[in-house]
Amino acid sequence: MSEPLSYPLSENHPDRLRTPSGLRYQDLTLEALLEGRAGMEDLRVTAEALRMQAEIARAAGRRQLAENLERAAELTQVPEEEILEIYEALRPGRATRDQLEQLAARLERDYGALRTAALIREAAEAAPASRANPD
Amino acid sequence: MTSKRSLARASRPIHKDTFIHPWPEAGLVLFNSPYDPPASLRIENGRIVELDGKCESEFDALDRFIARHSIDCEAAPEAMAFEPRELARMLTDINVPRARLVRLCGGLTPARLMQVVAELNVLEMMIALARMRARRTPANQAHVTNRKESPALLAADAAEAAERGFAELETTVGVSRYAPLNALAVLVGSQTGRGTALTQCAVEEALGLRLALLGLTTYAETLSVYGDERAFRDGDDTPWSKAFLASAYASRGIKVRFTSGTGSEALMGHAGGKSMIYLEARCLLIVKGAGSQGVQNGSISCIALPESLPGGVRAVLAENLLAAMLDLEVASGNDAMASHSDIRKTAKLMLQLLPGTDFIFSGYSVMPREDNLFGGGNFDGEDLDDYNVIQRDMLVDGGLRPVPEEELLAVRRRAAQALQAVFEELGLPPIRDEEVEAAVYARSSDDMPDRDVVADLAAAERFLREGRNGADVIRALARRGFRDIAEKILAVQKLRVSGDYLQTSAMLLPGPRVISAINDPNDYRGPGTGYRLDPERLREICDLPWARDPRSIGRPATGQPWLRPARPARRGEDPREVVIAVGPAFGSALDATLTGLPHREVLAALVQGIRDEGLTARVVKVYHSADLGAIGYTGSQLSGSGIAIGIQSKGTTVIHRRGLPPLNNLELFPQAPNLTLESYRAIGRNAARYAKGEPTRPAPVVIDNMARLKYIVHTTILHRREIERVEAGRDPEEVIWDE
Repeated sequence: MSEPLSYPLSENHPDRLRTPSGLRYQDLTLEALLEGRAGMEDLRVTAEALRMQAEIARAAGRRQLAENLERAAELTQVPEEEILEIYEALRPGRATRDQLEQLAARLERDYGALRTAALIREAAEAAPASRANPD
Repeated sequence: MTSKRSLARASRPIHKDTFIHPWPEAGLVLFNSPYDPPASLRIENGRIVELDGKCESEFDALDRFIARHSIDCEAAPEAMAFEPRELARMLTDINVPRARLVRLCGGLTPARLMQVVAELNVLEMMIALARMRARRTPANQAHVTNRKESPALLAADAAEAAERGFAELETTVGVSRYAPLNALAVLVGSQTGRGTALTQCAVEEALGLRLALLGLTTYAETLSVYGDERAFRDGDDTPWSKAFLASAYASRGIKVRFTSGTGSEALMGHAGGKSMIYLEARCLLIVKGAGSQGVQNGSISCIALPESLPGGVRAVLAENLLAAMLDLEVASGNDAMASHSDIRKTAKLMLQLLPGTDFIFSGYSVMPREDNLFGGGNFDGEDLDDYNVIQRDMLVDGGLRPVPEEELLAVRRRAAQALQAVFEELGLPPIRDEEVEAAVYARSSDDMPDRDVVADLAAAERFLREGRNGADVIRALARRGFRDIAEKILAVQKLRVSGDYLQTSAMLLPGPRVISAINDPNDYRGPGTGYRLDPERLREICDLPWARDPRSIGRPATGQPWLRPARPARRGEDPREVVIAVGPAFGSALDATLTGLPHREVLAALVQGIRDEGLTARVVKVYHSADLGAIGYTGSQLSGSGIAIGIQSKGTTVIHRRGLPPLNNLELFPQAPNLTLESYRAIGRNAARYAKGEPTRPAPVVIDNMARLKYIVHTTILHRREIERVEAGRDPEEVIWDE
């Protein structure tokens, strides 16, 4: 068991924070950026940090915020283009129930994104069986 | 026939506002529409099967989302069992802990939430808001835009806003293709001074997400939700797409808040006869269910619609309160133009300013309103001094601080120069030196040189296409000698790695240090608790650059005293003399009146007036009192004619006649500011005419009701200086001077 989390993590647990490429939080410096050892891809949260934040939110009684952060943890692995594609599909009249179901299945299969997939399946229930505004 | 008074009132700005009676069928109703559903909730096996009069099979998409995500089924049975009034009372009862109220409110349906806040008057709502907002420390957000989309001006304004204490800066675009450049300019400006503001750029959702992913913005706000399914669809979203978007932002460590507000559904024609607050309660439950940490509400761009109805301003406060009751961060509106009347706008502002919210404005225009591209500017750059004074008057933290001019100019210049360097490093169309210079001193974009719009737009598109990002900006700044700004932008971007500013009501303090509802929870439980101004913040709010050291006002005369005591003053025998009795500091410790008329010239005018009527003047100085009645009275006792003019050093004057009680007089001129040298001469003439026993018309005096307001501080201080010169046992003396 790890110690209880003390917020803010950046002040109290910098040792437990890493950038997506594995750089330690303390090593994310201007020098690292200038020397090309770090880039924009490092200025992103990791799934681990999001899960810690979810734990903090839940402990403060914020269930829905925690669930959002847990979905976000799943999405850290999903490329930006795919995220924009999913968002587009979820907008009204864009995708049929089946298409959304396929998206959900793909998220589960490729990224293990169970919670996000569940959200998309819920949206699918509300979506039309066939394309609402075919083009 | 209309009276002239009514015509005068009709020409006032308030009459440009529109006022209507409620019309429920059109959704033009604030609370308790006859078409609102009854509040009801039925749970079976942990699943909501009835919500506000509808059974599950009748649920629309919003109901389904709310039932699934938003309502706490464990708290609901207890919460829904309360009478609305009882919950309303608990909201105003400082003995009921916030955590208990948050839990109970989390178990309420939209219709019940509306019923609860409908029980409260504005004062009670303000108390409830002060208790229920999530973060203890209140803050403020700025709008930073301009019509010309001038990057140098955006950077300078962003720097000024952050310097003034705004914790968040929101920009937007006139032409959406400008978005990356505007976001860049505001990002650089936001970290130039001592401030540490988060920045956002309000554009279409997908583009907004892209800017945030590129690190050109640090949070997002305009995720709009609606309380009606059709309005939601017109907004091109569903609750699930919004919830997904919230997770998408969070997955990159970017803070978001949603947007809602009364009136939007009616405006879009989709209110379905429901009341605005019922629909807003639905919105807020969707915000909460989607897992957003917060919301901007308070009608926002529709503000004039609820305000056209009776109780509209109260309803908008109720919205803010509902969000806080649901444990959401609230950026509480006050952004879009709410009235033509400054009185009405200010009155409305008090409802958020006094209790304090997480962000009192969801966009205070730091520029003049004509440069505000949000349709905002309800309070703008030219109102900032007023705003700082209101904070100081009430000792309320409105999130801002007054800043001396030279500091503002310095950060404006540095921000524009830093952006100039970044543009050059990143191959963007150059910012010329004259643009930098203009941005420092500009009032609005009218003062900015024109840029090559076509080249800027092409560069913006290329910038986005090439995926230039926050890291590029940081490197460019560091390479060009703006290392401090580079370090600050990096420090803010690093917070994405920890996700600390994803918690409810997060904001940055210089450092940057994150505070949020986690480490700065609102613990207001009545006097002595909750947010209080600490001594440093108190000093900051009070220290207006134009506030003066009172000791420097009416500074004593430095030259040689020109009025010299000659001999003890005796009772005169000559019926053709008028005595001028001056106060103890006259012509010695002080040498000018309140409005700066030199005592020497004032005395000469009085003497001249007496001589105009063929009489002589004798001047005596009174030491034993600074009181005008006593000075005039003393003079009249000494005067051969029995007539005396008494004058205090600040210029207040009286004509007295022996035999009248000290506090009575022939003529009194209590408002020194309205007296000119000509008036003093007229006073001299009148005094002489009284001495001759001639019929005399009182000297005319200008009535200026603003004089006391304008001069009372100076009056107090000059009078104090006169009193300092009082010598109780010293008899009046005749004085002489070189005419």
